[in-house]
Amino acid sequence: MLSMLVKRLVGAIPTLFVIITMTFVMMRLTPGGPFDTGRVVSPEVQANLMRAYHLDEPLFQQYLRYLGDLTRGDFGPSFTSKDFSVTQLIRQGFPVSLELGVSAMALALVAGLGLGTFSALRRNQASDHVVIAFSMVGIIIPSFVMAPILTLVFGVTLQWLPAGGWGDGHQLSYKILPVIALALPRISSIARLSRSSMIEALQMPFIRTAYAKGLPRRLVLFRHASRAAILPVVSYLGPATAGIITGSIIVEQVFSIPGIGRYFVDAALNRDYTLVSGVVIFYGCIIVLFNLIVDVLYGVLDPRITRR
Amino acid sequence: MTRDTSWRRLARNPMAMGGVVVLTLIVLLALFGSGLSVHAIDDVFWDRISAPPDVEAGFYFGTDANGRDLFVRTVLGARVSLLVGLAASLISLVIGVAYGAVAGFWGGHVDSVMMRIVDILYSLPFVFFVILLTVYVGRSLSTIFITIGAVIWLDMARIVRGQTLALKQREFVEAARAFGATNRRILVSHIIPNLLGPVIISMLLVIPDAILTESFLSFLGLGVQEPNTSWGVLIGEGAQSMTEAPWMLLFPGAFLAVTLLAFNFFGDGLRDALDPKE
Repeated sequence: MLSMLVKRLVGAIPTLFVIITMTFVMMRLTPGGPFDTGRVVSPEVQANLMRAYHLDEPLFQQYLRYLGDLTRGDFGPSFTSKDFSVTQLIRQGFPVSLELGVSAMALALVAGLGLGTFSALRRNQASDHVVIAFSMVGIIIPSFVMAPILTLVFGVTLQWLPAGGWGDGHQLSYKILPVIALALPRISSIARLSRSSMIEALQMPFIRTAYAKGLPRRLVLFRHASRAAILPVVSYLGPATAGIITGSIIVEQVFSIPGIGRYFVDAALNRDYTLVSGVVIFYGCIIVLFNLIVDVLYGVLDPRITRR
Repeated sequence: MTRDTSWRRLARNPMAMGGVVVLTLIVLLALFGSGLSVHAIDDVFWDRISAPPDVEAGFYFGTDANGRDLFVRTVLGARVSLLVGLAASLISLVIGVAYGAVAGFWGGHVDSVMMRIVDILYSLPFVFFVILLTVYVGRSLSTIFITIGAVIWLDMARIVRGQTLALKQREFVEAARAFGATNRRILVSHIIPNLLGPVIISMLLVIPDAILTESFLSFLGLGVQEPNTSWGVLIGEGAQSMTEAPWMLLFPGAFLAVTLLAFNFFGDGLRDALDPKE
């Protein structure tokens, strides 16, 4: 167990390195630096600007400086929000994005596993087909179409819920629609995955044994079958997290939620190099970390993996 | 298994065939659809700002917030979306074939390092890298499909590597080697031509991903720019004015969803036909 953990941790380092190096190379090697705004500046001012941001140093030295700053959690200044550093902006937006993402993930897991198990147990009945159709819709309709439609129906037409905004951060009513919009594609995928893995698990010999021992159906399902059926869902958690992070860019945009996704889009529209790079590195690290947790979790749930 | 039985299996799959029919219709619409309307792409109708569909006046899908005919714009959007999808997957094909063929052909350490890099890239949220690239390189139509192609070649590289590993054991490679062909020559004129079949099929599976990514970017305003348009741009505009003009969201949204669905059905059918395991 411990050796696996160490091995995975060591394995994550090159990934982080690739992310940071790619971002850095793109940032420094593209023609047209951040100060190429079309405004004519005297050579002295240009030189001073370059010095202030250490752009006059050799590239490799800049790279080392960048790495050093990152280890201290310093992503540099934002080029368009003059008074803020990238770290400050990320720190401001992250709690909101985190709450949105974690709630969406929790909802996706509960609803997805529930629907998947439900339809596996009613295989080929009408309710099973309804679930399959629902999950097909959830996968096919992209989030940037679904989110506006949800706003239109529940926020504007029916007026059940606020159509946008985040309230003061403590009002549940503002969070329901964005969380659903973000969770929907993941609910569908998890429902599909858990349905087929549950069907497969129910045909295993150990399930027949469990029934033969005289165990009640509830126990067979929740203690024996679910444990085998949940493994594909656990290995889907990595891609699901990436999907939720990507999806929250859209959802935060549609519902005007002040999270990292909005900063990221604004930064990309304004070509704020440091903020865009900072967010990419930050989310890259989060995904690497999360994949690590998923790997460990998988090892705990299925000890056969660890022994390999 | 011969190729004929695969095609027959595909033709017997109603979902896959439905997908083919729908895709054909959408391609035809993209190519010739503008001929169905009396309005031009840049005609502005000041008396019809965000007007609902009106078939008699020739506004099948209504007009947008600038008073332009939405049907013609949806057709143009289809053209751009499909073009970006096709071009991006061609680029991913070039990168993926080169990368996968080299990895599979050389094998050993080269292969394991190259595939490890693919694994690493696989775990990253690639949309962020597309956005990062467009921030640095700019947002012209060509940079958009190049950047998308530059990040979605991973699947292609895996498939090609697997095929190459199998191909290089075959007798004709041995024969070429016996005739004194160089590695480079074997790769370029013996391995790669034999990869084309499976590669073109897997390219079909990459196209919807590329279309979806382009729409995602364009929705956020980071992709295709005015006066050009794509489904993503139209959906973005529709989302902004959906309270007054919901059709601006629904028509392009429906076209995108139906296209993705058709590609999905077709792709699934194709995979089942070629690899009938289940």
